[in-house]
Amino acid sequence: MNKKKENIYGYIFILPWIIGFLGLTLGPLLFSLAGSFTNYNVTSRMDFIGFENYSRMFAHDDLFWTSLYNTMYFVLFSVPLTTIAAILISTMMNQSIPGMRIFRTIYYLPAILSGVGVYLLWMQLLDPSTGLINQFLDIFGIEGPNWLFDAGWAKPSLIFMKLWSAGGSMLLYLAAMQGISKTLYEAAVMDGASRAQLFFKITLPMVSPIIFFDIVTSTIGSFQIFQEAYVMSADNAGAPENSLLFYNLYMWIKAFNVFDMGYAMAMSWILFIIVLLLTLLNFKLSKRWVHYEGD
Amino acid sequence: MYNNGKMKFWRAFNFVLLLAGSLFMIAPLFWMISISLKTMEEIYRGEFTFIPEDIQFSNFTDIFTVAPFGTYFINTAVITVIVVLANVFVNAYIAYGFAKIEFKGRGPLFIIVLSTMMLPGFITLIPQYVIFAKLGLVNTYYPLILPALFGSAFNIFLLRQFFKGVPNSMIEAAKMEGANHFQIFFKIALPMIKPALFTVAIFSFNGVWNDFLGPLLYLNDESLYTLQLGLQVFKEQSNTQWNYLMAGSLLVLLPVIVLFFFFQRYFIEGSNILGNTDEK
Repeated sequence: MNKKKENIYGYIFILPWIIGFLGLTLGPLLFSLAGSFTNYNVTSRMDFIGFENYSRMFAHDDLFWTSLYNTMYFVLFSVPLTTIAAILISTMMNQSIPGMRIFRTIYYLPAILSGVGVYLLWMQLLDPSTGLINQFLDIFGIEGPNWLFDAGWAKPSLIFMKLWSAGGSMLLYLAAMQGISKTLYEAAVMDGASRAQLFFKITLPMVSPIIFFDIVTSTIGSFQIFQEAYVMSADNAGAPENSLLFYNLYMWIKAFNVFDMGYAMAMSWILFIIVLLLTLLNFKLSKRWVHYEGD
Repeated sequence: MYNNGKMKFWRAFNFVLLLAGSLFMIAPLFWMISISLKTMEEIYRGEFTFIPEDIQFSNFTDIFTVAPFGTYFINTAVITVIVVLANVFVNAYIAYGFAKIEFKGRGPLFIIVLSTMMLPGFITLIPQYVIFAKLGLVNTYYPLILPALFGSAFNIFLLRQFFKGVPNSMIEAAKMEGANHFQIFFKIALPMIKPALFTVAIFSFNGVWNDFLGPLLYLNDESLYTLQLGLQVFKEQSNTQWNYLMAGSLLVLLPVIVLFFFFQRYFIEGSNILGNTDEK
């Protein structure tokens, strides 16, 4: 087949993606960028108002800053904690332990469960009077907090729930750890390395590319937390005391509850920039600690 | 590597820790089953017991009369079947193009595919809503189904990795015999990556079945609700009747749990491919 024919076939095969990209991604991106400089409200008006949405956001909207703070808080705790948990679980599982397959299934199962069913389950587990957690604490005479009903405990509650599904990235780490050559460890042991040294000097550097991948994707994902907060806050709007008002939830309220769409679109661009900067920062920092074989 | 006594100690230590961790993983699910079978009176007595004193299987039939879960189930099943089939076929079709046809601009276009994965979903969500609203498609299933016809970056990426494994010599041989890319795609490439197609089917089943955002945004009539949306509305109406809420949640989660136990291998395979991000 000649080159021209290959070209035509190529475009015929990726045509659905091209249409989707133009109609559902690029087009919307352009519309959103333009819309962020207007007072668009879906039905009647779309006047150009310059940077007003942006200046209102930064200078006059306390809830914007609240939502940004809540989201940062969530990302800052949930990403490191779930990453560390996943690494620890995989390290323990990477020994020849009886029942390894059963353990793997048990730790992985929560990670594939998602959606409203899981949120309702955790609302019950965290229920101050009838929930599993406080009743368990009660055995030891500890009076558990009010979790989702206490502004100080609501975000930790969600982080706790995220830890339950930390097993999701375990499979990635396990696969990477099993790929590390045994001779590396044997040589280190000959030189008198301790267990801790093996872990910090060999295992961690060897799986660091996976850690990096995991941190980048989970930072992006966590920054967009929405459903958990929508379902698990009593008023679907961040209660108690706006402690669960995350960035996307606030954007949702602006876009679809009060139809302040221009403002919401401006918010979505700020989010995009923040996520982009965080990702670039991750890449920049990675040079200091991510070890690629062959370097 | 180490002397035997030390080794045994560490293994035992690991085992005990893992066992403790598994309790944290598994207890919530047992608790959900337990609550779903209790009476409200027993739940509010607030005792730490997993085994209900008076098992109420009727909770599971009651919820179908309290809320139209039967309708929700059918709605969800219809959407899920269509979207999963579309996802598997369309993404394979696109991925084949990116993996096995050398056309101009393939490299840069594929980088665009990958970079759309990094885009925050909400940035396109609002304009997409506007589009569907202007087309008069709000409160129909079209906004939930149509996007599946144009592929998704993650699945294209996943399937492309598998198509790369189809030997070029086979494709060249087929071309020599006069086959075109459609024939090669259907007769040679697709059958060779069946396990990967199954992985995509399972992952997208999980995605559609659990989709909450889409239905929340686009569906208004209760008769159109999906299970996820129905469950959320049920939560608001039920005055925390935990037995019903847990019974409903369990029914919604059950298909995924069953699927996981039968096809665990495919879940694991999908994750492994994801981790293997180096470009080859």
